[in-house]
Amino acid sequence: MNILSLFVVVPVLTIVGILFTKDFKGARVVSAIGMSIQLVLAAALILMYLGARKAGVTDEMLWTADYTWFKSLNIHYAIGVDGIAVAMIGLTAIVVFAGIFASWEVEYLSREFFISLILLATGVFGFFISLDLFTMFLFYELAVIPMYLLIGVWGSGPKEASAMKLTLMLMGGSALLMVGLFGLYYNSAPDGGSLTWNILEIAKIKIPVEAQRFFFPFTFIGFGILGALFPFHTWSPDGHASAPTAVSMLHAGVLMKLGGYGCFRVAMFLMPEAANEMAWIFIILTTISVVYGAFGAIWQKDLKFINAYSSVSHCGLVIFALLMMNQTAMDGAILQMISHGLMTALFFALIGMIYGRTHTRNITEMGGLMKVIPFLAVVYMIAGFASLGLPGLSGFVAEMTVFVGSFQHQDTFHRVVTIIAASSIVITAVYILRVVGMILLGPVKDPHHLELTDAKWFERLSTITLVLSVAAIGIAPLWLSDMIQASLEPIVAKLTVFNPF
Amino acid sequence: MTGFEYTILIPLIPLAIFLITGLLGMKWKPAVSGILGTAGMGTSFLLSVITAISYFFGGHGEAGFSPIIPANITWLKLTETLHIKMGVLLDPISVMMLVVITTVSFMVHIYSLGYMKGEKGFARFYAFLSLFSFSMLGLVLATNIFQMYIFWELVGVSSFLLIGFYYEKPSAVAASKKAFIVTRFADLGFLIGILILSFITGTFDFDQLTNPQASVFGGAASLGFMGISAMTWAMVLIFIGGAGKSAMFPLHIWLPDAMEGPTPVSALIHAATMVVAGVFLVARMFPVFHFQAPDALEVVAWVGGFTSLFAAVIAITQFDIKRVLAFSTLSQLGYMMLALGVSGYGGEEGLGYMASMFHLFTHAMFKALLFLGAGSIIHAVHSNYMYDMGGLRKYMPITHITFLIACLTIAGVPPLSGFFSKDEILVAAFNHNKILFGIEYLVAGLTAFYMFRLYFNVFWGKDRHYHHTPHESPLTMSIPLMFLAVASVFAGFLPFSELVTSDAKPFETEMHLMIAVPSVLIGLVGIFFAWLLYKKESRVPDAIAAKFGILYKATYNKFYFDEIYLFVTKKIIFNYISRPVAWFDRHIIDGFMVGIGLVTEKTSYLIKGMQSGQLQHYAFAFVAGTLALVLSILYFL
Repeated sequence: MNILSLFVVVPVLTIVGILFTKDFKGARVVSAIGMSIQLVLAAALILMYLGARKAGVTDEMLWTADYTWFKSLNIHYAIGVDGIAVAMIGLTAIVVFAGIFASWEVEYLSREFFISLILLATGVFGFFISLDLFTMFLFYELAVIPMYLLIGVWGSGPKEASAMKLTLMLMGGSALLMVGLFGLYYNSAPDGGSLTWNILEIAKIKIPVEAQRFFFPFTFIGFGILGALFPFHTWSPDGHASAPTAVSMLHAGVLMKLGGYGCFRVAMFLMPEAANEMAWIFIILTTISVVYGAFGAIWQKDLKFINAYSSVSHCGLVIFALLMMNQTAMDGAILQMISHGLMTALFFALIGMIYGRTHTRNITEMGGLMKVIPFLAVVYMIAGFASLGLPGLSGFVAEMTVFVGSFQHQDTFHRVVTIIAASSIVITAVYILRVVGMILLGPVKDPHHLELTDAKWFERLSTITLVLSVAAIGIAPLWLSDMIQASLEPIVAKLTVFNPF
Repeated sequence: MTGFEYTILIPLIPLAIFLITGLLGMKWKPAVSGILGTAGMGTSFLLSVITAISYFFGGHGEAGFSPIIPANITWLKLTETLHIKMGVLLDPISVMMLVVITTVSFMVHIYSLGYMKGEKGFARFYAFLSLFSFSMLGLVLATNIFQMYIFWELVGVSSFLLIGFYYEKPSAVAASKKAFIVTRFADLGFLIGILILSFITGTFDFDQLTNPQASVFGGAASLGFMGISAMTWAMVLIFIGGAGKSAMFPLHIWLPDAMEGPTPVSALIHAATMVVAGVFLVARMFPVFHFQAPDALEVVAWVGGFTSLFAAVIAITQFDIKRVLAFSTLSQLGYMMLALGVSGYGGEEGLGYMASMFHLFTHAMFKALLFLGAGSIIHAVHSNYMYDMGGLRKYMPITHITFLIACLTIAGVPPLSGFFSKDEILVAAFNHNKILFGIEYLVAGLTAFYMFRLYFNVFWGKDRHYHHTPHESPLTMSIPLMFLAVASVFAGFLPFSELVTSDAKPFETEMHLMIAVPSVLIGLVGIFFAWLLYKKESRVPDAIAAKFGILYKATYNKFYFDEIYLFVTKKIIFNYISRPVAWFDRHIIDGFMVGIGLVTEKTSYLIKGMQSGQLQHYAFAFVAGTLALVLSILYFL
């Protein structure tokens, strides 16, 4: 079997396995085994990919396979990966793995919980390996729908309302996206011939510019909603605040990346002329979200809200950098996706662990946790440093690549927005240090907190996995960056043919 | 092979020790972490001294000391030409900095064995000290400006961690936060400066940027923004980064608060090493400043000059001995910046450059000594305030003598080291700008005055009510004091003009009696007034303070810059930007989204009545519809 198909098959088998378990202990063990295999597979995939590239394989996509699925509409199960997809698969595997261990003690309907969680992951893996727009969309929906149940059933606070809001907004995005994808399909053979959903096929032809102008906004905004594009980001704070720990981790860590990934792989890659024409609108919107999200985070009191707004800011930077349309900035965008995925998953994991102990997420009710739960506090601090872009951790690499790349544009507009976006490094420092100062440092505020116990083994495993990944990218980014840059070449080439800069 | 490959170990040893102590330190007895850290730093110290001796005294060619790059690896490729590398660059200033950093750091490691004994976070303290030493060494050894920026940030975070070492104390937490945010703000300037500079030149590497015959600036002249050339913008922005770290006015506000950290930290980071990073940055980029952006250099000179005066004035009014020293540090850093600002390039023209580096070196020794001495005093009397001190000379002879030496050094009394380095700065200022020169003369007098105000208050005068009889500190603390005292006395005889110069070629300097003699006299006058006012306890100082009224109060409150900072952060950013943004997001944007949902819901309620399920309703609608249709067709036809 094609190694890529395994990424879908293994989760499905895991789900089947969970069905046969009796209690929550069995369910979590099976999930852990399944996702550990997935993690090993992902590591193997990365190594194999690097090996293949080193051996001089220059195909745009590796391990391609193509099976006709629905003949009359020419829908295929077409798969293949380049360096970017490989990196995203690696990210997903790490986050899911950490997520399983972070929800080790979910006892309420735990089989259903793990099944939904892994179903979501299946959708994400499927999305990243797909080359067929229709299959891709299918997997995309598969990833979004379990979210409703996960938040609505296992969430906290106003969970039904939040789940509803999140799902409806994302469904709204899907509706736009569907229009966009149909537009691509029906324009995929402007000179006659059979229509196709295949990304690589469509990339070879030029979609009529009028059609691009019409369908680009649908596709871009459709994906953008999932990537928390301003002003369609408001599902994020409510959704995250109500979601259970692992769901927040997966959602912010991975699912939001589908948005950014789709933006360049589908919208920009297939409709480059329209992308160039309309980039300025979205650059302005994302510049706003970078700064706005960061300012929004300063005022929040709920840890999850802070992180949700911080995600708006960081994910804004992803789309911002994509729209800069040069290799360096886009490389930065993808690094930022990975970096944000890892560190925000870490944040949500920690918030869940802290909440499980203190039963509050309100930062004004906590203080001095460093003294009572030093392990979690230190990891939280590391996550904070990653988020504010400390060298040696992944955030710095991503942000600097974005800024240097964006600054390569000659004109004042791009320069000014880059400088505005760069100013977020200061604002980020403000809200991160505010939180760290309030909840971790200072005297212990609530005497009940003195009796808290520090992280258990599965919590340590979950957080250490993420910390190591964040540090590994931060310390040795070259291999990853090279892998991404090489894969970006065809995309950038297509975008810059028409680029007036 | 350059024979200097071992220098890579100088930063890597502290890094290894940081990792080991950070991960395992909690499991050990505290003393193990301390001894391990000290031994590691001692090794780095020895290696640095060996490096310095073989670099400076291994001879040099016609072109002076040439830079050596024993190691350089590519860390990240950004564009075709812009690569971030990690490496080691040895040239006169970096080798000199190696010696400064490892010497002071080693002394502080030893000193802390005594000073921090019994503290709860002993292992953590040593881990952070190693982290800081690693970052600082990486900063000075950087082969390119981006590597420098990377370590620059790491230095910032180590400083944050060490200022907030007593993390249960709210004031320490606030101070660490303030230090980080203020310097981060400055770093934003640095970053944008790097972006502009790298865009113009297409390189980060110092060997291309700082080469006086550099060809990378080819297209720079034509670029500009708002009537100022792009290079001036870039260099001013980079200087802002340096000004943040070196706490130049108006970004100085974090440094006095940083004294919340343990005193050995203040000595290492906030007196001798990290705060000179800004000066080092300007020195490192000096050829670029000089050839490409002379206007920016003028800014450096004036900011430095103003800071030195401003801080010296505030220092006179402070009572916390560590804050007096902090303002003194600001003032001396101003001196160094000023010296760079007034310097030219090459030979005697570059006197200011040489003097700045010279002063950086001597200042590191005597200011570290002052801080460690202050730590020794605080250790004995358990207070930071000079009104809790007095008559300590009887109880603490070693601290007293070494402190006196340091005070005399900073006051510029010959033949102590401060005299030589300060004299060179004054000469350089005199050659360049008479107003700045005048300011520096004044500052020299003020410096002597506030230092001896401190000295007489602490060591002379009446005894206070001490909790216990003050005692001399243990040997671990007094040995570093003695070592640094010796260094402060003799460092002035180092032939700096033959070693560390702007173009790496040696030149001759001579004593300018016309400038040296008055400067010594002015120092002595300062000391004399301090003696007059503070030798014995009297009401005169209070009376003078009262006479100045508002002016005194403004100075005592540091001209209210802290209040401005609080106003900006608490009021403007927090209340006037962030709060409306959060409100806008919840009520307008989210409100709109919720509104769409509500409208859909309400509309469906409205029209749901039509689907009543009753046949007669449907029949009625059917007939009425048909009628309406027929009528309208008839009407329109």
